[in-house]
Amino acid sequence: MTEPIIDILQRELVPAGGEASRSHGMLVLMVPPDALLGVARRLAAEFAFDLFLDVTAVDWPQRTPRFDVVYHFYSTRHRMRVRLKTCVPEAEPVVDSLVPLYGSAHFMERECHDMYGIVFRGNADLRPILLYEGFQGHPLRKDYRKDHEQPLVPYRG
Amino acid sequence: MDTRVDTPLPNPIRPAFERGQRDDAIVVSIGPSHPATHGTIQVIAELDGETVRRVDVHCGYLHRGFEKECEDHTWHNLMPYIDRLNYCSGLINDFAYCEAVELLLGVEITPRCRYLRTLLSEYSRIADHLTCVAASLMELGAMTAFLYLVMIRDYIYEHLADLTGARVTYTYGRVGGLARDLPAGWLKRLGEILDQYEMFVARIHGLIDRNRIFIDRTRDVGVISTADALNWGFTGPILRSTGVACDLRKDTPYLAYGELDFDVPVGIKGDNYDRYYVRMREMDESVYMIRQLIDLLPEGPLNVDDRRCTLPEKRLVYTEIESLINHFKLIMDGPDVPPGEVYAAHEAPNGELGFYLVSTGGGTPYKLHVRSPSFVHMGGLKRLLEGYQLADIIPTFGSVNMIGGECDR
Repeated sequence: MTEPIIDILQRELVPAGGEASRSHGMLVLMVPPDALLGVARRLAAEFAFDLFLDVTAVDWPQRTPRFDVVYHFYSTRHRMRVRLKTCVPEAEPVVDSLVPLYGSAHFMERECHDMYGIVFRGNADLRPILLYEGFQGHPLRKDYRKDHEQPLVPYRG
Repeated sequence: MDTRVDTPLPNPIRPAFERGQRDDAIVVSIGPSHPATHGTIQVIAELDGETVRRVDVHCGYLHRGFEKECEDHTWHNLMPYIDRLNYCSGLINDFAYCEAVELLLGVEITPRCRYLRTLLSEYSRIADHLTCVAASLMELGAMTAFLYLVMIRDYIYEHLADLTGARVTYTYGRVGGLARDLPAGWLKRLGEILDQYEMFVARIHGLIDRNRIFIDRTRDVGVISTADALNWGFTGPILRSTGVACDLRKDTPYLAYGELDFDVPVGIKGDNYDRYYVRMREMDESVYMIRQLIDLLPEGPLNVDDRRCTLPEKRLVYTEIESLINHFKLIMDGPDVPPGEVYAAHEAPNGELGFYLVSTGGGTPYKLHVRSPSFVHMGGLKRLLEGYQLADIIPTFGSVNMIGGECDR
């Protein structure tokens, strides 16, 4: 009997300093920020995870490092998803961009940069996408108050 | 009064390019509010004659802080916001979200609820595809086709209003069940609408499929390969139009899809014509599924019997103290969802609609993130526009079916 792909991934893909767990049937890999691109590259190249579904962050203001950056991948061959997570500190919220691997990373990383201020090293285009030029702050951070008002943009006539 | 300002005023967007790569190229800004696009989106295009050389797509004009707002409401109270993501098929948003919360709670929904959610998902899919096909045909000048399709869609909207009380934004999903059961005669009317759907969609096939003008405008326009589509994150009908039968309903069956017989229609080359045809065929499959589901729909309770999420009966709320307090706690504090994180995805009409939830325990989500297909598709839209004609932007954009509500959140 062949080994289930989820077990192979769990055995092969946990880098030094990382750990693997299962959450509602999904494989979750915690990886250090500098190992992220390597793990994603192996997922894409060796294990046929051809769809980069999503990237977002979770803000834990009381914790150090402060941010989780959460990635979801899907494989159309294995018909399963994998979640990658990495932690970055508030002082240097930088991870490697997945743009070299997936075209879809362009926009999704822009959104995550908008909302949390995560910097994706290697994504040359981190202009605002859902927000506008001149928006101050990162609205999905927990210390951004919901009723905070942005400076009024002058009428452009 | 002189109103000139010496310092340059901030622009809502900063285009990726201000001028063309060649002297004779021109850069035009299309949108964000353009009569020929049914979505609030801005396309900066560099034109060489009529040919589009480069584009820079900007969305976000409908951004309303959905995810931030959700962090401030109980798991139940944010349901109306969920509806307004993809407002052409609000029920599918509801059910995908409910499933994610139910996974966190460890709740298994009742059989009747499971089949009914499947039925309503497919019904919503028809409404969504009708909207997309109707609007993109109208933008090419096919007014009759538009009216035929939107007429059927309106029958569906009115019919769903009988069930849910609203035409578009239903707020019908509930964690652990649904808001109410089917009214009397609802399934009979459903059968009538499906019959009329078939009659009018047959007319659309007659009017459009072999129509020279339609073929010239859509065949070999906006072509994308399977590898490119995957790389740019395309899912749903756009990915299937490239010839790959990738459908979450088949691949990772949820709700009652594992028990249904249906095909996954695919295209041959991933152009606008294929996207039109895949959507038309998918609606037929949805009708086929709904007819099976009408026969399969079991009797029984609609909501799970779980005090953590299901509201007690009104009769009991008014007569016994336990139910009264139960009702009060569910409304004021929200369902107590155990800590954890979950990602649940449904095959929405446009592609994979995923909800990533983080709970730290308690009645409100710590984080709620939506993986919306439209937003990802906007990232890949330039691949479909570059190299084609300026006039092709309209049918291509129509065939992508960008929904501002879920794209911009």
